[in-house]
Amino acid sequence: MADLTTEFLGIKSPNPFWLASAPPTDKEYNVRRAFEAGWGGVVWKTLGSEGPPVVNVNGPRYGAIWGADRRLLGLNNIELITDRPLQTNLEEITRVKKDYPDRAVIVSIMVPCEEQAWKDILPQVEATGADGIELNFGCPHGMAERGMGSAVGQVPEYIQMVTEWCKKYYSKPVIVKLTPNITDIRNPARAANAGNADAVSLINTINSITSVDLDSMAPEPTIGGKGTHGGYCGPAVKPIALNMVAEIARDPQTRGLPISAIGGVTTWRDAAEFMAMGAGNVQVCTAAMTYGFNVVKEMISGLSTWMDEKGYTSTQDFIGMAVPNVTDWQYLDLNYVTKAKISQDDCIKCGRCYAACEDTSHQAIAMSEDRVFTVKDDECVACNLCVNVCPVENCITMVEVPAGQIDERTGEVVSGDYANWTTHPNNPSATAAE
Amino acid sequence: MATSHQASGIQAARLDAAGIAENFSDLHPAYDAHEAAVAADRCYFCYDAPCMTACPTSIDIPQFIREIQAGHPESAARTILEQNILGGMCARVCPTETLCEEACVRETAEGKPVEIGRLQRYATDTLMEKGAHPFTRAASTGKKVAVVGAGPAGLAAAHRLAMLGHDVVVYDAKSKAGGLNEFGIAAYKSTNDFAAREVDWLLQIGGITMDYGKKLGAELSLDGLTSGYDAVFLSIGLAGVNALRAPGEDKDGVRDAVEFIAELRQAEDLTALPVGRNVVVIGGGMTAVDAAVQSKLLGAENVTIAYRRSREEMGASRFEQDLAASKGVKLMFNVMPKAVLGNGSAAEIELEYTQVADGKVSGTGETVRLAADQVFKAIGQTLAGQPDALELEGRKIKVSDTGRTSMAGVWAGGDCASGGEDLTVTAVAEGRDAAMDIHSSLMG
Repeated sequence: MADLTTEFLGIKSPNPFWLASAPPTDKEYNVRRAFEAGWGGVVWKTLGSEGPPVVNVNGPRYGAIWGADRRLLGLNNIELITDRPLQTNLEEITRVKKDYPDRAVIVSIMVPCEEQAWKDILPQVEATGADGIELNFGCPHGMAERGMGSAVGQVPEYIQMVTEWCKKYYSKPVIVKLTPNITDIRNPARAANAGNADAVSLINTINSITSVDLDSMAPEPTIGGKGTHGGYCGPAVKPIALNMVAEIARDPQTRGLPISAIGGVTTWRDAAEFMAMGAGNVQVCTAAMTYGFNVVKEMISGLSTWMDEKGYTSTQDFIGMAVPNVTDWQYLDLNYVTKAKISQDDCIKCGRCYAACEDTSHQAIAMSEDRVFTVKDDECVACNLCVNVCPVENCITMVEVPAGQIDERTGEVVSGDYANWTTHPNNPSATAAE
Repeated sequence: MATSHQASGIQAARLDAAGIAENFSDLHPAYDAHEAAVAADRCYFCYDAPCMTACPTSIDIPQFIREIQAGHPESAARTILEQNILGGMCARVCPTETLCEEACVRETAEGKPVEIGRLQRYATDTLMEKGAHPFTRAASTGKKVAVVGAGPAGLAAAHRLAMLGHDVVVYDAKSKAGGLNEFGIAAYKSTNDFAAREVDWLLQIGGITMDYGKKLGAELSLDGLTSGYDAVFLSIGLAGVNALRAPGEDKDGVRDAVEFIAELRQAEDLTALPVGRNVVVIGGGMTAVDAAVQSKLLGAENVTIAYRRSREEMGASRFEQDLAASKGVKLMFNVMPKAVLGNGSAAEIELEYTQVADGKVSGTGETVRLAADQVFKAIGQTLAGQPDALELEGRKIKVSDTGRTSMAGVWAGGDCASGGEDLTVTAVAEGRDAAMDIHSSLMG
């Protein structure tokens, strides 16, 4: 079993799986159960300023979308930050951290965009002994209407300013949690970096309406006949999060800025992918909310097994390894040619590849009378749609046409040389290869 | 006190009412909404789906399952019923394991097909429970069509003809409609009087008059029908039963399996229905299995199916064979009846082992005797009472692909007609297709 001990911003945890700031980390009871189940750390549910706590709606807080077999794919929430008194949370954090010194305890904070508000709360948080703070600049619902959450995260200048205040009034690591509800994630990341943030974490939830009740004609979750947009998370958002993590990891201005990745992590593989894409660790919420805290056990065993297979002895060994392979479209090798290949042994003859290719793509799959499906190499553009719609994993694969062979579609010999759009003759602004 | 298993002879009340009720409950209980959702989610929505090709009525199965997935089983029912008006019964009695479900790609992939039959039942039950009939009649054509035989083929033809605007009279020799749906088929496949309820539901289309107690060759003649109607559809089934052709066939306790099943299906109280202690069923088709399993369920101690060929050649599917075995029925292969023995009543049956060479069955000389106070003959039904004027093909009424007989104006379908397997679903397809041909012929 590979050692999963991960150090992030100098904070050690027995594994890279932290629970994200969310309902699962709202109180001592849950967090103790999480640590007993094996979670490496928690980001405590967001604290607000001293005083009467926020209130939540008393109707449904969540909406969802499902895949086959009602597997939850996406979850949306309109819950606000903690609705428990600040002092209660601080006392509980202190107790939990004392009892679990080997686990990471990060405190999420969201107070008004005024220096005094931060100056007031930060010493109190520091006194808990927690390992760091995370600034909630992300929540897109409710708190944003009050000038907090994503309302801050959408203005890079505010991010930098608040980060600077935190660095001034707090001695431990400061993580800035970013909202994805912006056009270019690099700008808020650069602002956090400029404010001397120790790390960014992303993504917070995506603004969303999951469904409409067609009887009441109201968005869901519906509260008294009305609904509002909420924050979307879960497996459905993983590709969005992965791209945003990659954008920050490969941006020259933020390269090297530690990242705690969040967004649909459900199994060890999701975590490994985020970490390969530059994240120092991951935060999980929806998987725990769907299946309970025990999901971490598979994440731990799966990541260890994979690391053993690959010969990695520390998570440091593979963090960021995929980042150099993220590039812009224009640099993709246009001389790389593949063709779909259908394994007749694995094919169950459902014909979905045929329907997809024939109806919506390149008419590159032939269907015989006895339902044998074969790829027409002279039509196949290697789009991968057949692979994606096939219900049997690895039944259809993309096979590279080696250099020197003829691509039957173009009739041209496949070149072994790398050539991209920047030098392509069809590109009006192509520069001649040296 | 219930009579015990051990009481000799043919006795009623071998089991008490509770035992009977449990034994004759639904073989495949109806899905609830959750079960249907889980089952429907397994469908891959195949292109040119093999299940649909395998269905004799060509129901668009991926379409109806998708409609269940998307939460509107009523449209799923309509998709089914457009092709097969007896989709409710077929969902219960079709040998799906040799039709749609055998062809399902998930059978290939995992050895577990999508449970198409049960999903079909979920859809059709949902619609029928609402008492809704999804079709309406076209404007009257003024044409009259006679249908002889109110079994699946006749009912399917009548419904389609009525829907197209023709006036239909359905004759049946019995006092009740349904044919084998009502009088054949194991009771545990059609519980709660489903066959009769389905007929009532089907007749909601209107334009169909039922006329019972009228038999072709007795109260009805083909000449009379052809002169009184614009078209005639014959679906008279197979009224004859093959004989055992073994000594002792006339002893008490030896009877036709179809007759026993009909009696069972019509019985008000199954505890009052007598059955032997030692039952032997001769035959290898669905009727043999239905008779054997139901004998066992009535409380017979020993029930044996004796079939003269090998397991592979048995007409009943492997599923049916396994069902029989799971109920405690013993399956014997390559044995044929040699004699029924007993003093007035059957007491034993002597079977001779067989060998099959060039497709021909012959005895090996080796015999075995089984205790048998009741022997059911299930060795096939034959065409009987058909009009002489009609040409035959083999031992059935010769018909074209669309059910045309050798006589103009007369169509035939179902078990009495040539072509196709003798299945409810095949009969429905033949009735429907003949109706369409009658319609074009009348309106052309």
